[in-house]
Amino acid sequence: MSEKIKFTIDGKECYAEPGQNVLDAAADNGVYIPSLCHVRGLIPAGSCRICNVKIAGRNMTACTTPVEEGMEIENDTAELQDMRKAIVEMLFVEGNHFCPACEKSGNCELQALAYRFQMMVPRFPYEFPLRKPDSTAPKLWIERNRCIKCKRCVRSIKTADGKNIFAFRKRGHEVEIQIDHELAAQMTDEEAKKAADICPVGSILYKEKGFSEPIGTRKFDKNAIGSDIEKVV
Amino acid sequence: MENEIKSIVGKFNKDPMRLMDILLDVQAEMDHVPEEAVELIAKELDISNVDVEQTKSFYHFFTDKPQGKYTIYLNNSATANMMGRAEVAEAFEKAVGCKFECTSDDGMIGLYSTACIGMSDQEPAAIINGHVFTNLDPYKVRALVASMKAEKPIEEMVEKYGDGNNSSNLIKAMVNNNIRKKGPVLFSEYETGTALKKITDMDPQDVINEVKNSYLRGRGGAGFPAGLKWDFCRRAQSEERYVMCNADEGEPGTFKERVILTEMPQRCFEGMAIAGYAIGAKEGILYLRYEYKYLQEYLEKVLNDMREANLLGKNLAGKEGFDFDIRIQFGAGAYVCGEESALIESTEGKRGEPRNRPPFPVQKGYKDQPTVVNNVETLCSVVKIMEKGAEWYTMMGSRESAGTKLLSISGDCKYPGVYEFEWGIRIRDILEMVGAEDVQAIQVGGPSGTCIGPRDFKRTLAYEDLPTGGSMIIIGKERKLLQDVVRNFTEFFIEESCGSCAVCRSLTVILRNKLDKIIAGKGTQSDIDDLKKWTKYGKMANRCGLGQTAANPIATTMENFMDKYEDLIQKEVEYDTGFDLAAAVAESCNYVGRKPNL
Amino acid sequence: MSKPVVATTSLAGCFGCHMSILDIDEKILDLVELVEFNKSPIDDIKEFTKPCDIGLIEGGCCNSENVHVLKDFRKNCKILISLGECAIMGGLPALRNGIPVQECLEEAYLNGPSVSGNKKGILPNDDELPMILDKVYPCHEVVKIDYYLPGCPPRAELIWEALAALITGNELKLPYEVVKFD
Ligand SMILES: Cc1cc2nc3c(=O)[nH]c(=O)nc-3n(C[C@H](O)[C@H](O)[C@H](O)COP(=O)(O)O)c2cc1C
Ligand code: SF4
Ligand code: SF4
Ligand code: FES
Repeated sequence: MSEKIKFTIDGKECYAEPGQNVLDAAADNGVYIPSLCHVRGLIPAGSCRICNVKIAGRNMTACTTPVEEGMEIENDTAELQDMRKAIVEMLFVEGNHFCPACEKSGNCELQALAYRFQMMVPRFPYEFPLRKPDSTAPKLWIERNRCIKCKRCVRSIKTADGKNIFAFRKRGHEVEIQIDHELAAQMTDEEAKKAADICPVGSILYKEKGFSEPIGTRKFDKNAIGSDIEKVV
Repeated sequence: MENEIKSIVGKFNKDPMRLMDILLDVQAEMDHVPEEAVELIAKELDISNVDVEQTKSFYHFFTDKPQGKYTIYLNNSATANMMGRAEVAEAFEKAVGCKFECTSDDGMIGLYSTACIGMSDQEPAAIINGHVFTNLDPYKVRALVASMKAEKPIEEMVEKYGDGNNSSNLIKAMVNNNIRKKGPVLFSEYETGTALKKITDMDPQDVINEVKNSYLRGRGGAGFPAGLKWDFCRRAQSEERYVMCNADEGEPGTFKERVILTEMPQRCFEGMAIAGYAIGAKEGILYLRYEYKYLQEYLEKVLNDMREANLLGKNLAGKEGFDFDIRIQFGAGAYVCGEESALIESTEGKRGEPRNRPPFPVQKGYKDQPTVVNNVETLCSVVKIMEKGAEWYTMMGSRESAGTKLLSISGDCKYPGVYEFEWGIRIRDILEMVGAEDVQAIQVGGPSGTCIGPRDFKRTLAYEDLPTGGSMIIIGKERKLLQDVVRNFTEFFIEESCGSCAVCRSLTVILRNKLDKIIAGKGTQSDIDDLKKWTKYGKMANRCGLGQTAANPIATTMENFMDKYEDLIQKEVEYDTGFDLAAAVAESCNYVGRKPNL
Repeated sequence: MSKPVVATTSLAGCFGCHMSILDIDEKILDLVELVEFNKSPIDDIKEFTKPCDIGLIEGGCCNSENVHVLKDFRKNCKILISLGECAIMGGLPALRNGIPVQECLEEAYLNGPSVSGNKKGILPNDDELPMILDKVYPCHEVVKIDYYLPGCPPRAELIWEALAALITGNELKLPYEVVKFD
C-alpha cells in the first residue's frame, strides 16, 4: 500500500491517496464538500466554483486541488457556505429553472443543493434569458434553459475515436452548450442515456421518457445531497 | 470553397493545434467563417464540428456573416468615450445609414464596436479592414465614409503617417508613438545582440541567477519574480520547453507594448531568445493581439533580419547547439487570452479558457510542456539587465520594486502617451508631468485595478504601495464617474469573461443591473448594501484574474467614492424594487393600440 | 389579544396554492381558531375591511390588475408572504418571459393553432381590461416581500408550520422534506 497523505478539514484528521483531489479525499473521509460540476473519475472542470474551500488563507476549488501532506482545509465556515449558497442562487437566476415542469426535478443536483442550503428565494433578480432548446438529436433533447454549463457532458461523452459530441459555443454570459448533429445521430441508446444521466440538471433529456418516478421516491425527495457521504464514516 | 479550405488547412499541416491560424486565414479570405467552412475544416482536421465552432464562436473577430466590404470596428472603451466617441459613432451611423452592430443594406460598410484597441492616447480610434484610424472626429468620419462609398482602397485613406517606424514602408500607419519620457532601461540606446552574445558564454543557470538578482518582477500585472519563474521551468522534467511572450495587451488603457513592438521589437525577441537559452527552449511564440495585425509584415521582417544576423535560428550568436526561433501567433479579439494559461489554450487552437492551477504553465504549459510566459516589457528589461548587470538594475526603483516601469497614460490630461519612470514615483508628480489638472480620479492598472481619488495622490507606484501593469486613465472633474467609467468597465468584463465560472459570467451582469438601478435613481441604501456584499464573491470564487477582479470597478469606487453612490440613491425611501408599471405595460399597450391608464 | 388577521389572494396563479392551504386537513379548524380571515377567496371578502397582519400571495404579476392587488396587499398587510413558485419566480406563466409581448399576443390571438374565428384580427384593447406586462414578475420584484414558501404547490405542512411560527412567535424549524420546488 502506498503511503497515505495526512491532512485536516475543519480540524478533523483525514487521510488521502497520493494524487487525490481534496474533494474526493474529503468524501472518502466522510466529509461532504458541496460540489456540482465534479464527477469522480472525470477530469475536474473547476467551473461551478461551489466546492470552494480555504487552504492557507486562499480560496481554492477542492475538485482541482491535489491534497498535500499537512494541508489544513477550512470547509464548513459561515463565509464559505454563504458564498456557495450565493452561487446556487446565481445559477437559478441565470437560467430558466421551472422546477415544477422539469423532468429532472427531484433528481436534480442543482435543486438538491438549493434544498440543502434551504434556498427559499434567490437573493438576485431573475434574468429570464431567452434560450433556444435543441431537439435535433434523435435520442436526446437539449433543454438549454436549464443548462448550468458544468461541462460534465463535454468531458464525459465522446465517440469511440475520442471526438467530442458536446462543446460550448460563444463566451461569457452567452456561453451555451451545443451538440454535434452528425455525431449525435450515431449515438447508441446506452450513450444517450449516459449523457442524460451525467447531466446534473434537466438539460440533457432522454427522449420520450420523463416523470417516471413518483414524487417521494426520487433521489433527493427525502435525503439531502451529500448525506450519503456524511453517513459513510 | 472546398479547395480553398483544403489549401489553408494543408498550409498548417492539418494540425488541430493551429486552428486559430486556420480560422484567421479563412476569415481573412472570405470575410467570415461560414457554417460550411466550419464543417470542411472539421473534416480536414478530423475533429468534430462542434470543436471548430467552439473556437470560432469564442473570438470577437471570427464572424458568422460577412461584415461588409469595409468593416469598421470602433473602440468603445471608457477613454474613447471621454475623447468624444459618441459624436463619432453618431457621425458614422448617419453617414453609413445603419446602426452599430449592423452592416449596411448593400453589404458595403459594417459598423461594429470593439473593446479597447490599444490606442487610448489617440482616441477616438477605429480599426477598418485591419488599418488603424486615430483621433477621429465627425468631419473625418464623413470623409472616410465618402471614400468607402467611392470604393477607394483602404490604404489610400490613411492620409498622414505617424512618427517613428509608424511611417516605415512595412507599417504605414497613422498611429503615433507618443513616447513622452525615455528612461535608462526600456527607451534607451542599445545595440541588438549585445546581451545575447554576452550570455552565450554563461551557464544557463547563471543567467537565471542574474535575473533573480535583479529582482525583476513580471510587468504583465501579476508581478511574479521573473528569475524564479524561469528557474521553476528549467527544473521541470521534460525534453521540450517553450517561451511565450505575452503581447495580448488587452487591459483597457494599456498601449505600451504597441510602442515597444513598433520601435524596438528586436529587444523583445532577443529577450525571448535569452529566456530560451536560460530554460532550454528551442521555440518561442509571440502571442500578439489581433488589433496589432498592422504590425505583422514589419515584425516578420525584423524576425528575418535577426535570423540573418544569426540572432535567431540555429547556433545562435555562434553558440554550438543553441537553437531558437520565434513565430507569431495572432489572437482574434479576446481580452481573457492575455491570461497566461488562456493564451496557451488559444495558441493550441482552443477557446481561450484559463486553466485550473495547479499545474502551472512552468510545469505544464504549451503542448503540456514546461512553458515560460512573460510580458513584452519583462523580456525587454531582461535584455538590458543582461547587458548592464543586475546590480546596475537594482540601483533604480524603490525598496521592493527594482528598475523602471512603462506607463500608458491616457484620459483627461495634456500629454497622453508612454512614460518610463523609476518605480517609486509619486502619483502627484506624474499628474504634473502629464499636464493633468482638476483630477477627480485615476484608474490605476486598468479596469481590473483600482480607482483612486485625490487623497491617494501622495502614494507611489510600487509593488509595495500601488502596483500596476502600466495603465493609468485620468478622469477629470467633469466626468460622471459611475455612469461614464464604472459602468463601462463592468460591461467590459461582461463581454470578455470566458464564461466558464458560474460566478464570473453571472455576477458581473447582476452587478451591472444593480448599478443601473442606482444610476436610474431607483436605488436605496439597501442596494448599496447589496453591492457591498456581492462584490466580494467574485474575488473569492473565480478561477482567474479576470473574474477575481471583475467587481473591482464597483468595489474600489465604493471604497473611495461612496458619496457618488449616495448622491444617487433615494434618501427618504427605505426599499424600492425598482418596478415601473408605466414601462412594464408600454409595449403591450402600444401593440394593441390603447392608452395606458395607470 | 385579538386574533391575527390573514388575507390571501391569487394573482397569476392556478389556485393550487390555495388548495394547499385547505389541504392541512383537520388543522384548518385549528387555523380558524387561531386567525381571522379578511380579504380572501376563501371567505369571498372582496375588499380589505381592516388592516391585516399577514397577507399570503399566490401567483406572480402578469398584468396591471395583479400589480394593483399586490400593492393593495402591501399597503394593508404587515407581513407579506410569497406562497408558491409562481409568486416566488413567476412559475409556468413566466415561460413567456424573454419572448416579446407582441409575439405572445400574436400567438394567443392571431396565429396560434387554437385560434379560430378572429377573422378581423382583433387584439383585446378595451380600457376595462388589465394591461399585459412585458413579462411575468415575481412578487418581490414589484413590492417588498417578507417571507417565501416555495413549492408547487407548497406542502400543506410547510404552510402550517410557517403560519404557526409567525403567529406564535416560535422559531421555525423545517424538516428537509417540506421545502421542495415541485
Ligand atoms: C484577464 C487577464 C488578462 C491578462 N492580460 C495580460 C496581457 O495582456 N499581457 C500580459 O503580459 N499579461 C497579462 N495578464 C497576466 C498574465 O496572466 C501573466 O501573469 C503574465 O503574462 C506573465 O508575464 P510577466 O510575469 O512577465 O508579467 C493577464 C491576466 C489576466 C488574468
Ligand atoms: S448540458 Fe448538462 S451536463 Fe452539459 S454543461 Fe449543461 S448542465 Fe452540464
Ligand atoms: S474567472 Fe471568468 S474569465 Fe476567468 S476562467 Fe472563470 S469564467 Fe473564465
Ligand atoms: S465541483 Fe469543484 S468547481 Fe464545481
